[in-house]
Amino acid sequence: MSNAPATTHAAGKHYLNERITVSSWLLTLDHKRIAILYLVSLIAFFLIGGLAALVFRLELMTPEADVLRSETYNKFFTTHGIVMIFFFLIPSIPAVLGNFLVPVMIGARDFAFPKINLASWYVFMAGGVLALIATIAGGVESGWTFYTPYSTMYANSNVILAVCGAFIAGFSSIMTGLNFIVTIHKMRAPGLTWFRLPLFIWAMYATALVILLGTPVVAITLVMIFVERLFGFGIFDPALGGDPVLFQHLFWFYSHPAVYIMILPAMGVVSEIISCFSKRRLYGYKVIAFSSLAIAVIGFFVWGHHMFVSSQSTFAGLTFSFLTFFVAVPTALKMLNWIMTLKNGSVSLASPMLYAFGFLGLFVIGGLTGLFLSTLATDIHLHDTYFVVAHFHYVMVGGGVMGFLGGLHFWWPKMTGKTYPEGWAIFAAIVIFIGFNLTFFPQFQLGVHGMPRRYHVYPEEFQVLHIASSTGAMVLGFGYVVMAAYLLWSLKFGKVAGANPWAARGLEWETSSPPPTHNFHETPVVRHPVYAYEFASETSDEPDTSSEKGHV
Amino acid sequence: MNLLLQLLPEQATEYAKQVDALYLFILAVSAIFTVLFIGLLVGFTLRYRRRSNDEKPQPPHEHYTLEILGGGFLLALLMVMFFWGAKIYFKAQRPPPDAMEVLVTGKQWMWKLQHPSGKKEINTLHVPIGKAVRLSMTSEDVIHSFFIPAFRVKNDVLPGRYTQVWFKPEKEGTYHLFCAEYCGNEHSRMIGYVRVLSQEAYDRWTANLGDVNESPVQAGTRLFAELGCIACHRPDAGALGPHLENVFGHEVGLSDGTTVVADENYLRESILNPQAKLVAGFAPIMPTFQGTVNEEQLGQLIAYIKSLSTP
Repeated sequence: MSNAPATTHAAGKHYLNERITVSSWLLTLDHKRIAILYLVSLIAFFLIGGLAALVFRLELMTPEADVLRSETYNKFFTTHGIVMIFFFLIPSIPAVLGNFLVPVMIGARDFAFPKINLASWYVFMAGGVLALIATIAGGVESGWTFYTPYSTMYANSNVILAVCGAFIAGFSSIMTGLNFIVTIHKMRAPGLTWFRLPLFIWAMYATALVILLGTPVVAITLVMIFVERLFGFGIFDPALGGDPVLFQHLFWFYSHPAVYIMILPAMGVVSEIISCFSKRRLYGYKVIAFSSLAIAVIGFFVWGHHMFVSSQSTFAGLTFSFLTFFVAVPTALKMLNWIMTLKNGSVSLASPMLYAFGFLGLFVIGGLTGLFLSTLATDIHLHDTYFVVAHFHYVMVGGGVMGFLGGLHFWWPKMTGKTYPEGWAIFAAIVIFIGFNLTFFPQFQLGVHGMPRRYHVYPEEFQVLHIASSTGAMVLGFGYVVMAAYLLWSLKFGKVAGANPWAARGLEWETSSPPPTHNFHETPVVRHPVYAYEFASETSDEPDTSSEKGHV
Repeated sequence: MNLLLQLLPEQATEYAKQVDALYLFILAVSAIFTVLFIGLLVGFTLRYRRRSNDEKPQPPHEHYTLEILGGGFLLALLMVMFFWGAKIYFKAQRPPPDAMEVLVTGKQWMWKLQHPSGKKEINTLHVPIGKAVRLSMTSEDVIHSFFIPAFRVKNDVLPGRYTQVWFKPEKEGTYHLFCAEYCGNEHSRMIGYVRVLSQEAYDRWTANLGDVNESPVQAGTRLFAELGCIACHRPDAGALGPHLENVFGHEVGLSDGTTVVADENYLRESILNPQAKLVAGFAPIMPTFQGTVNEEQLGQLIAYIKSLSTP
């Protein structure tokens, strides 16, 4: 069929309507349906985490305690952290977009292990439900970082339940990562060599490596909390002969690479979007591909920069500071390559591109403010202040969430077969960008002036900046609500998208929207380098005639 | 005071000014990169905006000159930050030997402080201007963190070991003292003030001792006798334990053939868990004092042992 228009199948059966019973969803082995299951669950978790944040931002409008008691305040920020990190950010792009796209992008019918893929969702939900029970039945106030000996010996809350939730959810990450690696190695379509892979696939591959190497360590660490808290094994509490700093080493050995589990996929998404809306192969394709791997590897050797004031040795501090600067280089090269792709391109500011630009604008700030924290002398002052809070929100929300939303908008027509109203999408992108900056930019200034994080009440002079931040949080929340509204609206009322509404390159655009259950009716044979906009498709030698294709 | 208009918080030490100079350098570099990046983003987007869907831009050439030059330049710039930051960090790690020592014990949710004069206070630290002060810190329960923004110093305060912070205030005034490590319900109320006084005012404040005060060294001397330490740790040849004169800060030979420098953490361990690192030539007969002495008394005993050493 090499270049037969896939749209001929659009009117027929596809993965969404082939079977519509509840059990056909809950027992599905189709990676696309599993992606939708994840999407729905993650939106629910995002809502819970977001509402928790809105409540404590409201509390922080004034220096005194108004809405919450201190203990309750602590439970809210802990819930926000645990839910957003373990049950939204870490799975977000891999489990939703990765699950949906990896097989389609490489021309495969499914993952190597579809049953493991389905099992990963059940395991994830089991972990998520445990964490939610912990939150509802009394709450958790140890912070998402579970620092010892507070979490093991002093916290009076459901730490054990929350730890079990995070522990179990880790296995779903491992299952997903395993599937990615095996599938990308073994199931690429004929002609799809490693350097013809879309950069999203490279990013998923690097992410899967980090997941497989890092997650077992945090699992072990969480088990240690469990046995110390429950059975009094002396591991971390000095009163029992343990070492509290040991916990921090183990915890950050996973949790720093976890930042790259959140940001590498977003970088992959942004690469795809920038290429499409510049209509051009990415500048420095190989540099971007290998920089993902470099970030994944170097990311494992920098955990000690979370511990410059924790009493680790001067030598350890120097070593970790030195190594941390090396992460900045591959990251900066990606930024350079993205910007150079625009040059001489054909740049269109469609809504996914606006989200990608939002990513770039926020991530450049998130990345550069990391320099203050990798430098020893400045980190000592800024550590555990709002500066750190602002920095990691710029990276993980400005980067991770903007990437996720960009990807969701880019592939929404592919996933649902419908297009959303472009005007509203642009409006929401701008509102979210402004709301985000209003929320988190003032927090840099709060941190520089010494405002510690996780403070329920605070000295009066910080109030002006806190009010700005809380106002921003409401604008941000409004932006998300607008987005949810038009995306839901589009499911019923959206225009039919067609196979390739963005005139993009890549195998996922060569099948119908939504794709048939087995993705392709025939195995595609890839004949061109990646992002070959000069050709009409990956599988034919016809030149591009894009002017005939619809474009928003 | 409008924080929005102030780039930097108050600088009450020379060290703070050094940290801020580096902060401003990184800020300038970041600002330049941000403006450059956003400028190029907007510029290229306008210049190369899509005018028609028929446009067929050329794919980029595969060459890496820009990447190599850009990456190299960036790495050089980053190394400036690293070395500059490390240089200042070394200062923070090395208190001057003549620094005045204040004992700090953190507990949920207060700071207990004791001066060399024996004067104790809670949540407010009085220090004289122009004099180096070293805080020897430990915690009775969870991890806390001692943070004085105006001095740009911070260090975690851990149960079961000693950590330190030092500073030399150059400006009289009252500054915030925060607990920076989340420590439970009242974490945000574990705050206080550092009051930097003139030397005369500090002496006046010290002279007003109240009734029950003895210095940490005096208290340690008393405890050393009361707890019976003195029975074994004697100077004569038949003593059952090592004599403690000139032990602090010096190497000690252990029964397993290794050596260890006797610092605060070693002395602490030897009081609480005497058999962990047994001194060569002595039998493992010392009982543990875990549960017998509290954190403050432990600090006083160590202060006494330190007073037996000539630096």
